[in-house]
Amino acid sequence: MENEAGALSRVAGLFSARGYNIESLTVAPTEDASMSRMTLVTRGSEEIIEQITKQLNKLIDVIKLQDLTEGTHIEREMLLIKVRAMNSGREEVMRLTDIFRGSIIDVTEQSFTIEITGASEKLDAFIEALDKELIIETVRSGVTGIARGEKSLQV
Amino acid sequence: MELTGAEILVRFLKDEGVRHVFGYPGGAVLHIYDALYKQDKVEHILVRHEQGATHAADGYARATGKPGVALVTSGPGATNAVTGIATAYMDSVPMVVITGQVPTNLIGNDAFQEVDSVGITRPCVKHNFLVKRVEDLAITLKRAFYIATTGRPGPVVVDVPKDITAAKTDYVFPRKVEMRSYKPVTKGHIGQIKRAVKLMLSAERPMIYTGGGVVLGGGSQLLTEMTRLLGFPITNTLMGLGAYPGTDKQFLGMLGMHGTYEANMAMHHCDVLIAIGARFDDRVTGNIEKFCSKAKIIHVDIDPSSISKNVRVDIPIVGTVEQVLRDMLRILKEKKGGPDKAAIKAWWKQIEEWRKTDCLKYETSPEVIKPQFVLENLYKVTRGNAYVTSDVGQHQMWAAQFYKFSKPYRWINSGGLGTMGFGLPAAMGVQIAHPRSTVACVTGEGSIQMCIQELATCLQYGLPIKIITLNNRFLGMVRQWQEFFYEGRYAMSYMESLPDFVKLAESYGHVGMRIEDPADVAPALKEAMAMKKRLVFMDFVTDQTENVYPMIPAGAGLNEMILV
Repeated sequence: MENEAGALSRVAGLFSARGYNIESLTVAPTEDASMSRMTLVTRGSEEIIEQITKQLNKLIDVIKLQDLTEGTHIEREMLLIKVRAMNSGREEVMRLTDIFRGSIIDVTEQSFTIEITGASEKLDAFIEALDKELIIETVRSGVTGIARGEKSLQV
Repeated sequence: MELTGAEILVRFLKDEGVRHVFGYPGGAVLHIYDALYKQDKVEHILVRHEQGATHAADGYARATGKPGVALVTSGPGATNAVTGIATAYMDSVPMVVITGQVPTNLIGNDAFQEVDSVGITRPCVKHNFLVKRVEDLAITLKRAFYIATTGRPGPVVVDVPKDITAAKTDYVFPRKVEMRSYKPVTKGHIGQIKRAVKLMLSAERPMIYTGGGVVLGGGSQLLTEMTRLLGFPITNTLMGLGAYPGTDKQFLGMLGMHGTYEANMAMHHCDVLIAIGARFDDRVTGNIEKFCSKAKIIHVDIDPSSISKNVRVDIPIVGTVEQVLRDMLRILKEKKGGPDKAAIKAWWKQIEEWRKTDCLKYETSPEVIKPQFVLENLYKVTRGNAYVTSDVGQHQMWAAQFYKFSKPYRWINSGGLGTMGFGLPAAMGVQIAHPRSTVACVTGEGSIQMCIQELATCLQYGLPIKIITLNNRFLGMVRQWQEFFYEGRYAMSYMESLPDFVKLAESYGHVGMRIEDPADVAPALKEAMAMKKRLVFMDFVTDQTENVYPMIPAGAGLNEMILV
């Protein structure tokens, strides 16, 4: 979309005004500073997705729209999670982090902060695997994605 | 040469071909008003409330096909304009609204008369802009006009901070505009059009259903030609009236909630539905499950998001009505053999049966004025040539039913948003655009009071509008629903403490008439129409209990009408 003030709220406004649901939304500038790329995850029947697609295309700030689920694609999300890690518990958290190919990016005497990237389900699984009592804080980036192969979202 | 932002704005309007701006001054737009004062190419019409400015610009646009322009100040000026903007948005009317804004350094500071105009109007505009640099002003205005008038038209707001109107830069009129993110289609897909023509010719019970898109898209003549060539029955939506001659034999009248029996029955029973520039609104379809269940549907529309939004269609065609109809006609004429004559004849026989119901008949009375009788006489006295604006409610439906519009751009009403208060200011816009034409505003004693202050504007600019008030001392449509669905509990629908409209009109410097006897209806209308230079406020005291028939109750199918 055009990297304009208000572009994000046009998209968000459209979803709330028409009763569609935004599951997650990520947006950042692209290599061309006049454009930004938004990845939005939503859910609905074929008819609803068709309407959402058409309504988004109608927004003047939307330059191009691609439904990634129409082809094979890759989805990634990042999780930052702060957990209590003391004594023998530290070993356990480190092992689990390894299994999920995460990395510990901040350490204190009492805690670790772990970064994990992957499909949303993997992040869910990691959180599930941790002892609930240990979790201090979590933050997720929301899903971003790209089509597999040569196909690209070019203007 | 360097000009101030205010001078650029006014110069731009002139260069863009804008002759009239409807507006109201205020702090944030003082520089612009000063620039307007110093020139005479763009005429400013001073309304009495910003809602009036937007409705007048809207009426101007609907009666000419050209974009209407309104100019209002920041804060309350902008918020008052919102109803008019939303009205234009719902009916896809090309309009550019320039709103003043507090200086850029004060934006976000809760400054005096500050409101987030771009934020407030975002859901009810086609697009909007906040101008942040004077260098961007001219090109932004150009984009605004381009967006407002192309594709599916709509209102565009340009919010201009006060300091931008004082800052200086070079001005060159931007002749062209290109936007990578906005490229409206014009031509429809030829393959789809061919498929549509084939389906049309195979129809045994065809029906043409057209909407406001045909009026807005300048497709009226082509539609008429195609319909006559095919010999198919045709119906118009409330917004589409006038796109096809209302007096023609093939015309079945309006469809929908208060449409004719024959139009709705033909819709329900047709096997091929040809929808053009219409959007399958809930007031048209009734119960969506039961809508045209036997039909294959062709849908021509400029807006892809209108297609298969409410009703799944078989052959979608995206393009301007004019272009698509042109291609359709050409392909039709190239084809050998027309529609199935025997089948169409049998279909017409059925339709004539439905027509015999005479669903718009009403009982006349020698004592009390029937509202339908006023509309019938208005039609006769003006010979069907008037521009008719309306407000919202029963009178609007009667006007749509009884005034046979035979030309596009003549019927001007708020169909989508249903804005009471629209009629009078819209009529001002129409009268400004067509100073020598008869402009009638059909209204009720409820609606007219919502923008009554514009009577002063009418005096200032000598607008000889004929106001036809159907005064039944009730919010008639509300009363009707309360009678049908709330066991006659008339909560708040009785209009008490009404003003004396004759004196009111006179105090505004106009002519007022009260008509209470049915025998006086036609003579009074003639007398009013003969006053070419005066606004005449006609207060028709009408039957309080009259209802609009036929009626499809909410949730029912098109074949389940209440007749009388």
